[in-house]
Amino acid sequence: MRADTAPRGRTGTVGGAGLRATARVEARADGRGGTALPVLDGEGPLALRRTRTRSGGPAARVTLVGAMSGPLGGDHLTVEATAHEGARLHIDSAAATLALPGQGGEAARYDVRISVAEGAELRWLPEQLISVRDSDLRLSTRVELAAGARLVLREEQVLGRAGEAPGRLSSRLTVCRAGSPLLDQELAFGPGAPGGWDGPAVLAGHRAVGQLVVVRPEYERSGPVAAPLGKWAVLTPLAGPAVLVTAVAPDALRVRRTLDAALRDLA
Amino acid sequence: MHLDHSHDHGPAAVSADARRPDGSRRALRIGLGGPVGTGKTATVAALCRALRDELSLAVVTNDIYTREDAEFLLREAVLPPERITAVETGACPHTAIRDDISANLEAVEDLEDEVGPLDLILVESGGDNLTATFSKGLVDAQIFVIDVAGGDDIPRKGGPGVTTADLLVVNKTDLAPYVGSDLATMAADAKAQRAELPVVFQSLRSEEGVGPVAAWVREQYAAWTASA
Amino acid sequence: MSRAALLVLADGRFPAGGHAHSGGAEEAVKAGRVTGAASLEDFCRGRLNTSGLVAASLAAAAALGVDPAALDAAADARTPSPALRVAARRLGRQLMRAARATWPHPELDALARRFPKGAHQPVVLGLAARAAGLGPQDAAYCSAYEGISGPASATVRLLSLDPFDATGVLARLAPDVDRVALRAAEAAGRAVTEGVDALPAASAPLLELGAEAHAGWPVRLFAS
Repeated sequence: MRADTAPRGRTGTVGGAGLRATARVEARADGRGGTALPVLDGEGPLALRRTRTRSGGPAARVTLVGAMSGPLGGDHLTVEATAHEGARLHIDSAAATLALPGQGGEAARYDVRISVAEGAELRWLPEQLISVRDSDLRLSTRVELAAGARLVLREEQVLGRAGEAPGRLSSRLTVCRAGSPLLDQELAFGPGAPGGWDGPAVLAGHRAVGQLVVVRPEYERSGPVAAPLGKWAVLTPLAGPAVLVTAVAPDALRVRRTLDAALRDLA
Repeated sequence: MHLDHSHDHGPAAVSADARRPDGSRRALRIGLGGPVGTGKTATVAALCRALRDELSLAVVTNDIYTREDAEFLLREAVLPPERITAVETGACPHTAIRDDISANLEAVEDLEDEVGPLDLILVESGGDNLTATFSKGLVDAQIFVIDVAGGDDIPRKGGPGVTTADLLVVNKTDLAPYVGSDLATMAADAKAQRAELPVVFQSLRSEEGVGPVAAWVREQYAAWTASA
Repeated sequence: MSRAALLVLADGRFPAGGHAHSGGAEEAVKAGRVTGAASLEDFCRGRLNTSGLVAASLAAAAALGVDPAALDAAADARTPSPALRVAARRLGRQLMRAARATWPHPELDALARRFPKGAHQPVVLGLAARAAGLGPQDAAYCSAYEGISGPASATVRLLSLDPFDATGVLARLAPDVDRVALRAAEAAGRAVTEGVDALPAASAPLLELGAEAHAGWPVRLFAS
């Protein structure tokens, strides 16, 4: 299995059973109204490309290019993204991330560490994370925001490829603002997850889940009010200048449509 | 957001103390209970109209369906909306007025904080059965409202509401001839159950209307201000 | 202090306002996701392992003496739904009243002064347990159990479910309650040294969605 899915490009540090790789990107205001990228380091399966922004505005756009499928069981991948004061950094990915089983049956770890300074904006809009049958992935996303930082962050979890049973997936999303917790939530699905995950309180058979977090200092004065977005999504103002949109659906496409519509409405 | 609240007085009282945390006298609290459809909310509305010019008033409703009675009072505009609070009871008004009065105590304290000072708070129970009475931790006096249409044997049957309420109101006396209820029998049975406790026969459609009940409330208020 | 204080605190008749809340069951019943004993059990198991675990951990940490204001902020961050935050604070305030009358304690007074409109209920519960001389695991058990007994008794009223079936559901969930209480107490122990980030943050998307839908109903039986 590993041989099929691990091409020659697996060049990260191989330690223990799996591979360790870290990608880093740092963005700085270039002083001319734009954003420079003094650090843009990919490693192993985590390749980073500076891409053209859709709007051509002052932001720098970086695309995470999947050099391979993964992570596999036992791997430990880390992405670190920092937007320094006044910078605007948009990060997306070229393709969905597939959590795949490893040889030894160990879990894979994927850590995302985001830091946004005063007056900076970071948009983290990757493609979906798909939990493939028999895989086991622990995703941890931690965002540290300065009080005047802006954030748009989307995460989507898909339980299995089309018609496939899911692997085990846990995904913790922590957003701190000025050192205080703003959002902290963990989703845990699939075989071996604590009981009831597919029941009427948690997923009720839905196979795709998505979160969209928008943090804007101006919400401190006035922000959106709580509102159901159709039957299977909701916009909730957090206890701080931020909103969370939560969506569930039978498939990834419908979750994406809901989150895209919500993002347009918030813009 | 909770930092905004002033800390100039101590934490709220934990029971039915007659004094508020700042030492001032709290409002007199009168409960109105009784079976469904006997005219509790109509009596509350009439009391508000009769007393609102002389007393600073507020109402707490305990509805089965969330805000039904509160909505009625709002539609009737008997008080400004900020003086009417609905407590949600989880389908059990008697629990909220007798066994677990915590939500009602929050409601009366919030009313005193937000629209006070108040002289009188009427706490209305959602329609319940003959055993439903208010906790002494919640109200200072209670009115039990029955009606002639529910059968003239209700006073004879007794039950805690009929027997122990500080005032028994037999409502809708204008309907007695139509439903075959004998007011004299009801009066005699009530006397037998309640000894010296007062009973008022009331028709809100009559000229007298809520007058006798309002007069009883005034007496309670006078006694409260004299004692507390 | 007596261990029997736990029975007083965990008693469904403890006058702290829980009877008016369904823990999301009213919405799940109306939406057709809970229709009987089997789906109630699945609902309760999911709730227990998500928001129930979080609540039990907060309660255990408060019982251990972790700063209640930090725990309250951690509870806010773990409760995206404003309707659920309002319900948790309302219940916290009601529990505070009952706890102060039952087990007077300066730490309860201080928390009531800090949060006059109510701290999150699990934080108050943990501090009430502490005031009653109980330990973190006691607090976790109490929180975890009420997190399923509330929906179960609400469902008896909402579906006219056979009360013996509902009680059977609670009995079958006992091993899950054991596991959750143990995990919660362990996490609370870590929070003493590592801070509140060490507490679980398990969430249930449909409880969040359902709470906001429920809050918008014009007519409902339960407050949440």
